[in-house]
Amino acid sequence: MDSAPVLEVRNLHTHFFLRRGVVKAVDGVSFALRRGEVLGLVGESGCGKSLTALSILRLLPQAAARTIEGSVLLDGEDLLAKSPGEMRAVRGQRIAMILQDPQTSLNPVFSIGNQLHEALARRPDNTGRSLRERAVDVLRRVRLAAPEQRVGQYPHELSGGMKQRVVGAIAISCAPEVMIADEPTTALDVTIQLQYLDLLKELQSSLDMGILFITHDFGVVARMCDRVAVMYAGRIVETGPVREIFDNPVHPYTQALIASVPKLRRKTGRLRAIEGQPPALSDLPVGCRFADRCPHAEPRCLERYPEAVNVGENHSASCWLAA
Amino acid sequence: MSTAPILEVHGLSKHYPVRKGILFSREVGQVRAVDGVDFSIGEGETLGLVGESGCGKTTTSRLVLGLETPTAGDVLLEGRSWQGLSGRDKQDYHAKVQAVFQDPWSSLNPRMHVGDIVAESLRISKWGTPAEIDDRVAALLVEVGLRPEHARQYPHEFSGGQRQRIALASALAIGPKLIVLDEPVSALDVSIRAQMMNLLKDVQEQDNVAYLLVAHDLATVRHMSEWTAVMYLGQIVEYAPTESLFEHVRHPYTKALFSAVLPDHPDRQEEGIVLSGEVPSPLDPPGGCRFHTRCPFAMDICSQVAPPLTESQSGHLAACHLE
Amino acid sequence: MRRLPLISFAIIGTMIFVAVFAPWLTPHSPIDQSLPDKLLPPFWEEGGSTEYLLGTDIFGRDLLTRLFYGARVSLIVTGLALTVGGGVGLVLGILSGYVGGKLDAFLMRVVDAAFAFPTILFALLLAVTMGQGMDTLVIALSLFLWAGFARVIRGEVLAIKQRDFVALARVHGSSPARIMFVHIMPNVLNTFMVLLTLNVGVIIVAEASLSFLGAGVPPPTPSWGLMVAEGRGKITSAWWLSLIPGIAITLVVLSFNLFGDWLRDRLDPKLRQL
Repeated sequence: MDSAPVLEVRNLHTHFFLRRGVVKAVDGVSFALRRGEVLGLVGESGCGKSLTALSILRLLPQAAARTIEGSVLLDGEDLLAKSPGEMRAVRGQRIAMILQDPQTSLNPVFSIGNQLHEALARRPDNTGRSLRERAVDVLRRVRLAAPEQRVGQYPHELSGGMKQRVVGAIAISCAPEVMIADEPTTALDVTIQLQYLDLLKELQSSLDMGILFITHDFGVVARMCDRVAVMYAGRIVETGPVREIFDNPVHPYTQALIASVPKLRRKTGRLRAIEGQPPALSDLPVGCRFADRCPHAEPRCLERYPEAVNVGENHSASCWLAA
Repeated sequence: MSTAPILEVHGLSKHYPVRKGILFSREVGQVRAVDGVDFSIGEGETLGLVGESGCGKTTTSRLVLGLETPTAGDVLLEGRSWQGLSGRDKQDYHAKVQAVFQDPWSSLNPRMHVGDIVAESLRISKWGTPAEIDDRVAALLVEVGLRPEHARQYPHEFSGGQRQRIALASALAIGPKLIVLDEPVSALDVSIRAQMMNLLKDVQEQDNVAYLLVAHDLATVRHMSEWTAVMYLGQIVEYAPTESLFEHVRHPYTKALFSAVLPDHPDRQEEGIVLSGEVPSPLDPPGGCRFHTRCPFAMDICSQVAPPLTESQSGHLAACHLE
Repeated sequence: MRRLPLISFAIIGTMIFVAVFAPWLTPHSPIDQSLPDKLLPPFWEEGGSTEYLLGTDIFGRDLLTRLFYGARVSLIVTGLALTVGGGVGLVLGILSGYVGGKLDAFLMRVVDAAFAFPTILFALLLAVTMGQGMDTLVIALSLFLWAGFARVIRGEVLAIKQRDFVALARVHGSSPARIMFVHIMPNVLNTFMVLLTLNVGVIIVAEASLSFLGAGVPPPTPSWGLMVAEGRGKITSAWWLSLIPGIAITLVVLSFNLFGDWLRDRLDPKLRQL
């Protein structure tokens, strides 16, 4: 844990400027990702986790979204200061991304081989092998059965799990330093999901990548991640090593999320639900954003936002009760 | 089974013909989406139907709802078959079986007021005067944790969790005996899922309604159901009281499903059968036991003879030659 | 978000206003001839008079007055053709999309046939057999319109049919008619409205073309297309006879198209968010 982070996000703010107001989707997010580490970015839909990833790659969805503050350091270089041309060289080569839906991640009119060639051609290879050989090689690395035949096939000929493996192959074809995986297994069946998670782990250790793993599922976190950052309403509320988060969650939101999931191994009684809804990102409270759903809320929680405090080794939480 | 069954399903099958050819299309095979399924649900009980995508669980639920016509077999509601029903009787059947679907963004008509959506089945069956219907709608909205004045709003003004509550209110309106729940929480956020599951249990206790719960998540099924049926390629491979099934798994496929469940703590990784490959196509399914192509314990007999469901103890059925 | 097309709004508003209030806006008759005043140029040209602001035609009728009454004809024809053709297209599109199967196959082949039909020839034929007149024009234009509506609405219904609320309506015991016209129809009305506005321009041009060819409203009833036709022989000496109604057609059609584009964006909830 001593090595310098390969990706560091500092105080990132990405807002949507709409006619009805400013939506503070990412509102002061900071974290660091080291090589060989899987950092889980956990939260519910609308908490800003996917937008954080898109801000890192500077692929914001609409003209209305802008990153207005913060920095994204890749090996110390600020990506937000790079020109669009330099940024294109970063995407896909130094930072790769895997999205949730394998159906839409691949272009239906090009063969698997063609789509891989495009990614591979960007990285010079001096072993003198053809693009096709390299494509077969990459497909073998993602453990796709019969890779020699697959290069000539089209996406519709493959199942969802196989397609997601091809997406993974494209992602690793340039040996990126960082991989951002945005819910890559949500669209897959349970038995396929496990295979895919194991594959990502394996690729990570062989390539020494840092993986930013975006998910809403604590089961995926428990299986995959070394460290966890829990996001709520645009901010990270708790971050720490995965065992710390499971054994000793400090923020009431983290506690409630873990407790609200039914257990497989024992019969659960009534579930501990988190009542209410997350706040509207266009109309955020000044105090703690979880306060109105929190069973332990006090007057000071409504008045001021709690700064992150250390509650253990590498473990911090933004909660007045922890301070 | 302690209570008289509300719903009985006998030898239920749904095959879809697959045609090929442009000028003279001919049938080249049949997709056996559901192939000889038997189960029953008692009054006020929940049966969980588990399996991966393509196993036929959703088709089964659509057959029970009367949205599809079975190729063979019968669905009996309170001892009466719905086939051949028409007019008034068919309407009565529909009134007794309602549904809540997975995607709350697709299941509410965006052009109708919430009150009209909830009142729909009451109006169709000419349940009462407009004033009585309004009162009933208000009471239903309160029952599912919303407010009576929400009746005048449109669905797009609500979050996913609230929409799922509206869908439940609409299903409850006419006082059904059975509600088909097709993945009722999987589209919801983690913190909202527990709310919905608690609500479903409260409603069941209060109204004594039976549920057919279609789900892929074993923990959800364990939490919600008294009985569990596991489906693979159109057939039930294991069917037992939930506690018996979760304490003592008999079928290798069920074991594999358990092994694929993600851990609830980083130190508790599930051990056991990790399946390789994917589910074979239901077009032309494997002969004998349909699981034999992926089963680590497959024997010679498995590829030749389809094992019948056999009972081991107090209603615990499994279809496997190993025992 | 696209801005409200104010100029289009103004032009469409003006057209409706002059069509409705034509008799009160002008002292002249659109039909009575006044041969001494024939072929006067617009008032800003030499020889023009402020009594006839846009000049007169070969029979000495005021061009502005005829333009006002011509707007009436255009709007009535457009309104009727859209109601009949659009309405038939809407209903058949919903039926075809929801019921599917053989009915769908049959209706869509009829639609294909309607597209393959030479509308102008057919209208000329109708004019010959039924006689010229507004009713003939409306029938011809409706026959041309319904197929396009039916095809687009059917596609929309096919997508809506897949949504869960339609399955739930069946679970609730709704009859097919109730599902089609209570549950599905409100969901295609946006598309229908956009189709209506985008077709206004098409109909105005078609009406003008048919009148120009002599298959539209019979003279002396003023119609913009007829006015262009009547003036074409004198295009070198009395340019205003054809050009001014031509400009009117262009402006109104363009306005309706811009308005239709705006309406489409406006009614699309995804675009409305911005």
